[in-house]
Amino acid sequence: MSGPAPRSRDFERRAYVEIHNPNLQEAMGLAKQGFVGKRASAVAAVPEWEQLRAAGREIKEHTLAHLDWYLERFEAKVRENGGHVHWASTAEEACRIVVDLCRAAGARRVTKGKSMVAEEIGLNEALADAGLERVETDLGEYIIQLADEPPSHIIAPAVHKTKDQVSDLFHRHHRQYGLTERQTEGPALVAEAREVLREKFLTADVGITGANFLVAETGSTVIVTNEGNGDLTNTLPRVHIVTAGIEKVIPTLDDTATILRLLARSATGQEMSVYTTFSTGPRRASDLDGPSEMHVVLIDNGRSQMLGNEFHHMLRCIRCGACMNHCPVYTAVGGHTYGWVYVGPMGSVLTPLMIGIEDSGHLPNACTMNGRCAEVCPMQIPLPDLLRVHRERQHASRLDAPRARMMLRAWAFLARRPALYRRVVDLGARALAMLGRRRGRLRWLPLAGGWTGSRDLPAPQGETFTRAWRAGRRPR
Amino acid sequence: MSDSPQPVGPASDRPRVGLFVTCLVDVFRPNIGFAAVKLLEDAGCRVEVPDLQTCCGQPAYNSGDAADARVLARQVIEAFEGFDYVVGASGSCMGMLHTHYPRLFENDARWRARANALADRCHELLSFLHDVRGVREVRARYDSTVTYHDSCSGLRELGVQRQPRALLASVEGLGLRELEDSNVCCGFGGTFCVKYPAISEKMVTDKANHVIRSGAGTLLGGDLGCLLNMAGRLRRMGSPVRVYHAAEVLAGMTDVPPIGDGEASS
Ligand code: SF4
Repeated sequence: MSGPAPRSRDFERRAYVEIHNPNLQEAMGLAKQGFVGKRASAVAAVPEWEQLRAAGREIKEHTLAHLDWYLERFEAKVRENGGHVHWASTAEEACRIVVDLCRAAGARRVTKGKSMVAEEIGLNEALADAGLERVETDLGEYIIQLADEPPSHIIAPAVHKTKDQVSDLFHRHHRQYGLTERQTEGPALVAEAREVLREKFLTADVGITGANFLVAETGSTVIVTNEGNGDLTNTLPRVHIVTAGIEKVIPTLDDTATILRLLARSATGQEMSVYTTFSTGPRRASDLDGPSEMHVVLIDNGRSQMLGNEFHHMLRCIRCGACMNHCPVYTAVGGHTYGWVYVGPMGSVLTPLMIGIEDSGHLPNACTMNGRCAEVCPMQIPLPDLLRVHRERQHASRLDAPRARMMLRAWAFLARRPALYRRVVDLGARALAMLGRRRGRLRWLPLAGGWTGSRDLPAPQGETFTRAWRAGRRPR
Repeated sequence: MSDSPQPVGPASDRPRVGLFVTCLVDVFRPNIGFAAVKLLEDAGCRVEVPDLQTCCGQPAYNSGDAADARVLARQVIEAFEGFDYVVGASGSCMGMLHTHYPRLFENDARWRARANALADRCHELLSFLHDVRGVREVRARYDSTVTYHDSCSGLRELGVQRQPRALLASVEGLGLRELEDSNVCCGFGGTFCVKYPAISEKMVTDKANHVIRSGAGTLLGGDLGCLLNMAGRLRRMGSPVRVYHAAEVLAGMTDVPPIGDGEASS
C-alpha cells in the first residue's frame, strides 16, 4: 500500500538488539511507569469509566455504520465554512494532493504538527522529494527529525530517547543558531527548542496537522496537544492542510466531548489535554488570525476494506497509545522494533493490513495473549482476538513458521488420540523426571533451546497424574 | 496431606465435579492435581477424572489452527458432558473452555450449544472454591511469607484475583506480600516463550526481579505454565525463592519439593 518502507521482517533481530540497549531500556522503563500510573489514577477518578467506554464505542460504531453519510455531511460543512475537502484513496494520492497544494501556495517552508496518518502515507519523504523544507513543531517529532528517526510511539514519538540523548542532539544541531551551551534540564531543553522553532513558525507558508476528530455537525477538525504547537501550525501560515483518516469523523460536538474524556485519560492520564483546538474553515473577515485557505485531505488507504471484515473494530481506534503503554512486549523492545509506523498492539493489528502479512509476519505472533491491551483500550477493541485472526490467516495460507507448524501438528495428532497420548506422555514424564531427578530441573534439553537458553526446565515429578489416579495411588 | 479439614460453606449438596487435569499438571506436577482433588472433596464435591482428556487445544487455537483446536474442543466437550461442574487448576485452560470454545463454534449451532453448556459449568479451581462453593477458609499451615503472581488468562478472562488471596489469608503461618506489577505477564504465553525467547527472557527476568525484591520466601500462582517459567528463571538466576501452585499450599500438600527443586536441592 506504500508509505515508508517496512522493516518489520527484522523484528526478531531488532528485538534482541533493543533488549540489550541500555538507553532504550532506561527510557522505556521511565515511560512505562509514568504512563501506566497516571492512567490508572485518572481512570480511578471516573467511577462511570466503563459506561464511558461503552458510550465511546457506541458513537464510533454508529458512525462507522453510516460512514459515507457522515463523511458527506462533514464535507458539505467544510465547504460551507469556506474550506476545501480532498479525497485520497491511497497513500500516494494523499501525498500528491498535499504536495500539489503546497506548490500551488508557492510554499518553501512547511510546519507540521504531529500526525500519524502523515507518517502512514509517507508524507515526510514526499515533501522532501518535492524540495520543501519540513519543520516538525511537536517537541517529540522535532527531536526525532533531528535524529532522523521515525516515531517509536503514536503519542510520544521520541519516547525511546533518554534526556541525555536529547541534550546531545540539541547540542549538536543548535550550534548553527548560536546556541552553544549543552542544556541538561527538561525546561531548558524545551525553551531552546521553542526558540529555534519560533522563527520557523513565523516564516512558514503552509501548516500541516492531523486531526483527532472530524466533526460532521460543524465541519470542524479537532486536534489535542500539550504544547500549543498545533495552534501555531494551523493559524500562522497562509494555508492550513489537515490530513486525516476517514475513520476520524464523528457526528456531533457532544460526541467529541465524550470521546475526549476517554482520550486524554487513556493517553497521558490527564483529564484534558492542555490544548484542544477546533478548526472550522479558514479565517473569516471578523477573525483576528487564521489561515486564508483551509484544506482537509480525507484518506482511505485501506480503511474502507476493513469496514466489511473482522478488523472493523480497529477503525474505532482513537490513537491514544494506552495499548502500547501497557504491552510488556512493546515496553521491552521499543517501537522501532515493529519496523513500521504503527507500533505496539494496535500496530501489530494494523501493520499487516497496511503493508501485507508477508512483510510483517512476526507482529501478530510476538504476543503472549495476556490481554492487558484490550483491558485498557478505551474503545474496547479486542486486540488479542484480532491478532489471532491474523494468525489464522497466516496458518491458512501456510505463512506460519514451518517448524512451529510441524510441532503443533504433531501435538494435535497426539492429543486427538487419547490412548496413544497416554503412552507417550507417561513415558516422556518418566524420562524427563529421570534426567532431572537429582536437582529437580534440567539445565539443557535437546530441541528445547528456546526454553533452556534462559531458564531451567523444572523436571516432572515422575508418574503422571492420570496414571497415578487410575492406579489409585494418591499422595497422603 | 496431613489432616482432613471440615468443609466450610454451603456444602450440603454433593455436586459431581469433572476434574480437568490440564496437560502440564498431568505431566509435570501431579501434586497440583491431587491438591485440587483434595480441595474439591473438602468442599463437598464428588470428583471424577474423565478418561478421554488430553489437551484443551489452546496451543493450536492461539497458533491460528482453529481446525485442530475445534477437534480437541469437541473431545473435551464430550468427555465432560453430564458433570455438574468442570473444574481445573489453571486459569488459562479454563479460560479456553469458558471463553474461547463458544467462539470456536460460532458458525455451528449444535456444537455452539454444547460449548455454551460447558462454558456455563466450568470454573477455575480457586474461584470455584470461593465463589461457587463458598469456601472462606482452609485448614492448612505454611510458614513463610509468600507473594502472588496473577496469571493473565485467569485474571482477565475469568476474574480470578480476590479469591486466591482470600483463601490464602486463612492459611496459618502464611503472610502475603503483594508483588509489584503482579498483573503483568510473566512472558510465558504458551508457544510464545520458545518462539521469541529473547523477549520472553526479558519479561520473565523483570518478573523474577520483582519476586526477589518482594522479599517473600515463596512465589505462588494459579497456572502451572507461568510457574514453570518463573521457577525456571528464578533457578537460573540462582534465587532460592520456592515456587508452588497456590492449590498445593491451600491443600497443605507442600511436603514435596517446590517446582524446579529436587530432593537434593530443596
Ligand atoms: S487500540 Fe485502543 S488503546 Fe490502542 S491506541 Fe487505539 S484506542 Fe488506544
